Amino acid sequence: MGNTINAVIKKYNGDETRLMDILLDIQTELGYISDWTIEQISKALDIPAVEIIQTLSFYHFFHREPKGKYTIYLNDSVVSNFNGKDEVKKAFEEEAGIKFGQVTPDGLIGLFETSCIGMSDQEPAALINEQPFPSLTPEKAKKIIRMMKDGKSIEDIKGNKYGEGNNSHYLMRSLVNNNIQERGPVIFSDYTPGEAIKKIVKELSSTDIIEEIKKSYLRGRGGAGFPTGLKWEIARKAQGDIKYIFCNADEGEPGTFKDRVILTELPKLVFEGMVIAGYAVGAKYGILYLRNEYRYMRDYLEHVLQEMRDDGLLGKFIGGKKGFDFDIRIQCGAGAYVCGEESALIESAEGKRGEPRDRPPFPVESGYLNKPTVVNNVETFCTAVKIILYGSEWYNRMGTKESRGTKVLSVSGDCERPGIYEVEWGFSVNDILRKAGAKTHEILAVQVGGPSGSCISEKEFGRVLAYEDLATGGSLIIIGKKRNLIKDVVLNFQHFFMEESCGSCVPCRVLTVVYKKIIEKIVRGEGKSSDIENLQKWSVYMKNNRCGLGQTATNPTITAIKNFKYLFDESVKNNSESFNTSFNEDEAVKEYIEIFNKK
Amino acid sequence: MTKKKKIIATASLAGCFGCHMSFLDIDERILNLIELVEFNKSPINDIKKFTKHCDIGIIEGGCCNDENVHVLKEFRKNCDILISLGECAIMGGLPAMRNGIPLKECLEEAYINGPTVKDVNPQKIIPFDPDIPKILNKVYPCHEIVKIDYFLPGCPPRADLIWNALYALVTGNELLIPYEVFKYD
Ligand SMILES: Cc1cc2nc3c(=O)[nH]c(=O)nc-3n(C[C@H](O)[C@H](O)[C@H](O)COP(=O)(O)O)c2cc1C
Ligand code: SF4
Ligand code: SF4
Ligand code: FES
Repeated sequence: MGNTINAVIKKYNGDETRLMDILLDIQTELGYISDWTIEQISKALDIPAVEIIQTLSFYHFFHREPKGKYTIYLNDSVVSNFNGKDEVKKAFEEEAGIKFGQVTPDGLIGLFETSCIGMSDQEPAALINEQPFPSLTPEKAKKIIRMMKDGKSIEDIKGNKYGEGNNSHYLMRSLVNNNIQERGPVIFSDYTPGEAIKKIVKELSSTDIIEEIKKSYLRGRGGAGFPTGLKWEIARKAQGDIKYIFCNADEGEPGTFKDRVILTELPKLVFEGMVIAGYAVGAKYGILYLRNEYRYMRDYLEHVLQEMRDDGLLGKFIGGKKGFDFDIRIQCGAGAYVCGEESALIESAEGKRGEPRDRPPFPVESGYLNKPTVVNNVETFCTAVKIILYGSEWYNRMGTKESRGTKVLSVSGDCERPGIYEVEWGFSVNDILRKAGAKTHEILAVQVGGPSGSCISEKEFGRVLAYEDLATGGSLIIIGKKRNLIKDVVLNFQHFFMEESCGSCVPCRVLTVVYKKIIEKIVRGEGKSSDIENLQKWSVYMKNNRCGLGQTATNPTITAIKNFKYLFDESVKNNSESFNTSFNEDEAVKEYIEIFNKK
Repeated sequence: MTKKKKIIATASLAGCFGCHMSFLDIDERILNLIELVEFNKSPINDIKKFTKHCDIGIIEGGCCNDENVHVLKEFRKNCDILISLGECAIMGGLPAMRNGIPLKECLEEAYINGPTVKDVNPQKIIPFDPDIPKILNKVYPCHEIVKIDYFLPGCPPRADLIWNALYALVTGNELLIPYEVFKYD
């Protein structure tokens, strides 16, 4: 054991800023991080044990106790629940003979739940020893447990019905499907790796690139929509000998999975975009921050990086040009939605807790290791490559005034064709519903932009998705009339935010719990109309939070009340304002009476 | 000034009477107070039952037994405005420290094993009788049982805070909360 630990630490040159990798690698080898292991790491890195525990305790895929030889994380997302998660959960429990949250006494199997793993197009899904198992049924769940009991390897359990495209690559062998339903003219159009690099080496300076991107009005695809050209320009002008380019592949917003598909099918396009950004900004290092849920792609992506190095598209003298050096490493996360926030992402990549930083300074001025750092979304980098290849004029011909080009959408929920759609900006919700084969008269609501976005009703299905109307990071969850909106959707999202708040800011830490509890109370049929008023009133305090998570964490409730007030009113209408229906006197004295009855 | 005096009722539930003591600490202002209000059910005047509908009910302490619950609900029915006075009423306070311990263990410690009782209760009797209040599974803050309109924090809240709040409520003036009245150190 000691040898394993030392070998891993040596691999990372005893660098404490690589603590995430060190912990991940050790956990892969040893199954969990024991107190003894923490002590060894502490000695080897010469940092206090509490620093290691701080990082360790922040991420939900790190464990300090054995979690089973096979660890099953079943997805608790909204769509997973729509598609029969409860039955799958029961099947796992029955066959394994334990409840979720437990490990079998022989240490063989551990059952746990987790937030959205980016498979909303093929739910219910689970991660088992980091391998995705999509489209589960109770029968499949039982079979999986039986194979575990028979000592089969994960590869055997997976079987060989791999997903289409690169999912079947020998280094990935994943059961995941891409579900690309519509290929658009920007991301999923023809692409020859290295062409854009060749072009810039021949004819473009760093400022030319920035000018071209600025002229394209490209805005970041990670949600906030910041102008990409401007971001690169600020980073280029920022003081600093070393600069960094980060690709944000944390993709944690429930219902979003487009980056998963892009990374599977077009990894070179993503990496080429990072190289171009490096050239424009004057950065020599890039980091792909890959969420732990996508760690199954890691070996494959490393292989792709090596291919690019071999082809002269990465490393030294890129495209044969002297001084054009750029290389990329992959940083894996360990399970924390907030790490998608760019400053938390950077903290995490430095081996720390993924807590957002106070800004300013912004990452473009002082980011990774306090150096100027550009953070962009996966899709943003891909788009930049195509703009460099075909020009901003070509790009500006697509989309709307504020939103040029295309958007890759993740569509899931109650529809016939969930999956990825690359469409020109300016489409309406109705257009997407039609494409996805959702029958409008059967649809109650659409959750646009994930939990932090908004829950809209039929009245707004005509609205246009674009920065000038309904801005979106690109996810649409379709919610049918057969669903109980408050219980199946709002409660699930409020639970999600409660779990994922990093706890730094008081309103975020406290109100995420309060909102969840009140929604639970309403679902139990014990809500009062003053509860609904309070839910609406209190969300203003969330604006004082440090990061976007807290600032939007009450949106599921607020937007659902705004558009579905009748559902809330209906559920509280029989309850008195003066007396709390949740308090049941008979229940409250039961324990006392039982103590004496037993005697 | 209003012609009709406002009517006030008070009760101590699972509290230590410290909040009522603090109320009395308004000293000579109690003379001003009875110019403004009339007391109904309250330990201050020993009126045991509501004789009329009240404007303001003041509650000290949370609910640890079923009798507390009944009194609190009666207050809600008989008062227009209900105030939680002090930490115990607002959050359960000191009595709620038992909430993390199983009820059975609490009773055994209180009546059988505790150092002050272990030699004097040889038959190990824990009182249980239809005539004595039944203990709740945990101590509840008042607002978990009925709607509470206002909360006056402190353990106990300062006399000045109680006075200022009552005065404002009765006269309709603005509530003054200078720092000295609302600091807790
Ligand atoms: C809680 C939270 C989660 C986020 N998650 C992601 C994410 O998974 N992927 C992403 O690209 N951006 C995410 N963002 C936005 C990033 O902070 C950042 O704005 C973005 O990566 C910048 O890239 P862009 O300009 O290309 O959009 C998140 C923001 C917040 C507040
Ligand atoms: S808003 Fe929430 S998630 Fe963001 S920094 Fe504050 S506590 Fe953390
Ligand atoms: S709040 Fe303090 S003073 Fe008031 S009843 Fe409780 S313990 Fe006593
Ligand atoms: S807030 Fe708890 S002691 Fe002051």
